[in-house]
Amino acid sequence: MGHLRGKLLPPALAIVFSLLLCGVALVISGANPLSAFGAMVTQVGKGTTFIDIVNSTGIYYIAALAVAIGFQMNLFNIGVEGQYRVAAVVAAVVGGSIVLPTGIHTLVIIIVAALAGAAWAAIPAILKVTRGVNEVISTIMMNGLAIGLSAYLIRRDVFGELRGNNIRTAEIPESGWMPGISFGGGGTMFGFIFVAVALGIGYWVMMNKTRFGFELRASGESSTAASAGGVNAKKMVLVSMLLSGAIAGLISLPELLGRDHTFSLNFTAGIGFSGIAIALLGRNHPGGIAFGALLWAFLDKSGLALDNVGVPREIVTIMQGSIVLSVVVAYEVVRRFELASEQRRVGRELGTVGGAA
Amino acid sequence: MSSSTSVGTDEHPAVVLTGITKRFPGVVANSDVHLTVRRGEVHALCGENGAGKSTLMKILYGMQPPDEGTIEVNGEQVRFRTPSDAIKAGIGMVHQHFMLADNLTVQENVVLGAEAMHGIGKKARARIIELSGKTGLNVDPGVLVEQLGVADRQRVEILKVLYRGAKVIILDEPTAVLVPQEVNELFDTVRGMQEQGYTFLFISHKLDEVRAIADSVTVIRRGTTVGSADPKTVSSRQLAEMMVGSELPSPETRESTVTDTVVLDVKGLKLMTPDGSRPILDDVDMVVRSGEVVGIAGVEGNGQTELVETIMGMRKAGSGTITLQDRDVTKLGTLARREAGIGYVPEDRHRHGLLLTQPLWYNRILGYQTRKPTARGVWLDTDGAKKDTERIVADFDVRTPGIDVPAAALSGGNQQKLVVGRELSGDPVLLIASHPTRGVDVGAQALIWDEIKRARAAGLAVLLISADLDELIGLSDTIKVMLRGRLVADADPNTVTPEDLGSAMTGAGSTSAAVQETSVVEEGEH
Repeated sequence: MGHLRGKLLPPALAIVFSLLLCGVALVISGANPLSAFGAMVTQVGKGTTFIDIVNSTGIYYIAALAVAIGFQMNLFNIGVEGQYRVAAVVAAVVGGSIVLPTGIHTLVIIIVAALAGAAWAAIPAILKVTRGVNEVISTIMMNGLAIGLSAYLIRRDVFGELRGNNIRTAEIPESGWMPGISFGGGGTMFGFIFVAVALGIGYWVMMNKTRFGFELRASGESSTAASAGGVNAKKMVLVSMLLSGAIAGLISLPELLGRDHTFSLNFTAGIGFSGIAIALLGRNHPGGIAFGALLWAFLDKSGLALDNVGVPREIVTIMQGSIVLSVVVAYEVVRRFELASEQRRVGRELGTVGGAA
Repeated sequence: MSSSTSVGTDEHPAVVLTGITKRFPGVVANSDVHLTVRRGEVHALCGENGAGKSTLMKILYGMQPPDEGTIEVNGEQVRFRTPSDAIKAGIGMVHQHFMLADNLTVQENVVLGAEAMHGIGKKARARIIELSGKTGLNVDPGVLVEQLGVADRQRVEILKVLYRGAKVIILDEPTAVLVPQEVNELFDTVRGMQEQGYTFLFISHKLDEVRAIADSVTVIRRGTTVGSADPKTVSSRQLAEMMVGSELPSPETRESTVTDTVVLDVKGLKLMTPDGSRPILDDVDMVVRSGEVVGIAGVEGNGQTELVETIMGMRKAGSGTITLQDRDVTKLGTLARREAGIGYVPEDRHRHGLLLTQPLWYNRILGYQTRKPTARGVWLDTDGAKKDTERIVADFDVRTPGIDVPAAALSGGNQQKLVVGRELSGDPVLLIASHPTRGVDVGAQALIWDEIKRARAAGLAVLLISADLDELIGLSDTIKVMLRGRLVADADPNTVTPEDLGSAMTGAGSTSAAVQETSVVEEGEH
């Protein structure tokens, strides 16, 4: 009971608090907060918004999982952004240049994307293990390099081609696509959403049931205790960073395999950074992350409705920011409270035992 | 039974606590505590860990308000909301764990937070030099704290409270970090200051020390004061029995169980500082046999920690070999060494022994994540871990409401019993126990000693590092003295005294036949 309360109370408090904060911001800017929030909720039922939210949730979910693996051992992989960009362009180039049977083609693209993401993450991982370079700094720099690398790879004299006024890689043949589920006017749900769900389940099993998950969590909880318990810190840094990068490599695949079939200038950027916020929001728990990703996607997509009621759409950004901030604070407050109450409970139960002894 | 609250007519006592009660939801930490400290005396407060000493001191130091009862300082009733109220009333506290910034100078450390008193310049420096004499601190206030030894750091802590105008000084377990000679120096300082009118409240469970320094003793048990005694007449044993309310255990092992089977053989072990400038471990040779407890005595910081961590594979030796049961483990990692049969009770259970926010059964897995009963291949066996945790809780008398509570919720003694229980499971051939009973209560200490003795009788080889010389002498079959990274002397636990060991530990040379200096071949020395 208390366990569940400790997990659910902080995000609930944080969301309420940030709603209040945004309400105040809306009132100050002269809008009616109730009509603004109402417009966002009714937007969900309009057009393709619902399926857009589902698709977006899946993408954010993968991104947040990638970040969460690092977070579990206090490794801040800020480089998810760059890892999925590099993976996307490499996967698009490879997918567009090979010919394979349906299914196998798709599988190869997925594997290539994961390997590319892992390879990009390997550079900061190796730097950290061998030279002690802080992964925050190195992954941020790798993000900058990733933008340059992807721009170079889609130049017309490298792998790119000009289509209209857009530059893109060669289109992946249909054998490499991943079909979605069509809801007619409601939109099409990416087939990769199911992969995202499977990743979430796999993540839970790995964290809770395997030796690797134990070592990862132990390293995050106390690196000193983990090393005394025989956990090889360097190996853990390397493996978790590679795994994080491999999952980051999958972020762009829902769109690449399900809709775009090419890497172009219209590439959706910034998901890696949202993933950091969502992982924080979901406390690295697969269920929590799913909820966080859903919330993020909802705010993103239904925020479009705000323009219709004369409210600047940027209020959504304020809301996302304040949720993350208040969730971090709320978790810390509740965590301390829970620990203290647990200690009191133990004291109480032993007080009765001790009296008899 | 409880100490008298009658007040001298002409002079008020320095501190009188009357009927102090402090409840936390569900537990009573202090109930009806009475304590009278006369001005100019050294008053000792004794009690087991968890008896309520810390809560009482937190109340006196203004960190927590009492639910009931009154505090009088110099005859006036006071109410402290924060430690600064207590400091204003002339009460200062020297914490067991030093609260000093290593990269600041003595003067900066002293002045930090009290800048308003004498500024931060010459006036402050003059005042510090004036007070230094009282504490026996003979260093320039401009020296960095990181260059000071433990004893001098403690003096800086005392200096800090003096600087803030304290007349009543609480010393929380001040001797825990000192060797016997340093303890004597501290006591000289305390006596000197006592003559100048300072009052001390001395918290300790080292009873011999209490008897040596205190003018009166109050014993606290289960949150309440159970009596006071005259340290001149009471014996340590009587005091201890007041503390625990029962017969006391002793660490002495009876007959020798040492066999000829060598379990751990360390040869020529060397470890350099990270910058390679000087050795931390210098040519260490050591053998631990089955059924033998080898104790390492030494002032903290002379390489004991590093020796243990090198044998555990947490540090990489520069040269030398470590052989476990005829198997060279020098190249193996920590996990492989654990799998080869080393159990490890680390000196700091919070940093190295436990995952504090995780449940007890999760902690059972740590160090055993590759073995039965906590793992099967790459999979964890959570049921097996839980079942075996239940066994440890039962066999080692870990007082806990269940195995799902986080480790942080247990008291230090129970945490340590869990760690010892875990490290003795899985049939280790060698147990490395670093300060296995540090900071645990007498009951847990007795149990841990018994378990080590039992495992030794069953053929376990034990490498014991302890700052508690009585424990070391009582448990060990062989004692080796470590100084500046070398094993400099062997001592016979049957005849050696803590004082002999103390002088060997500080390098003062052997003063007793019980301590045999190891013939060190000084090759290539200029």
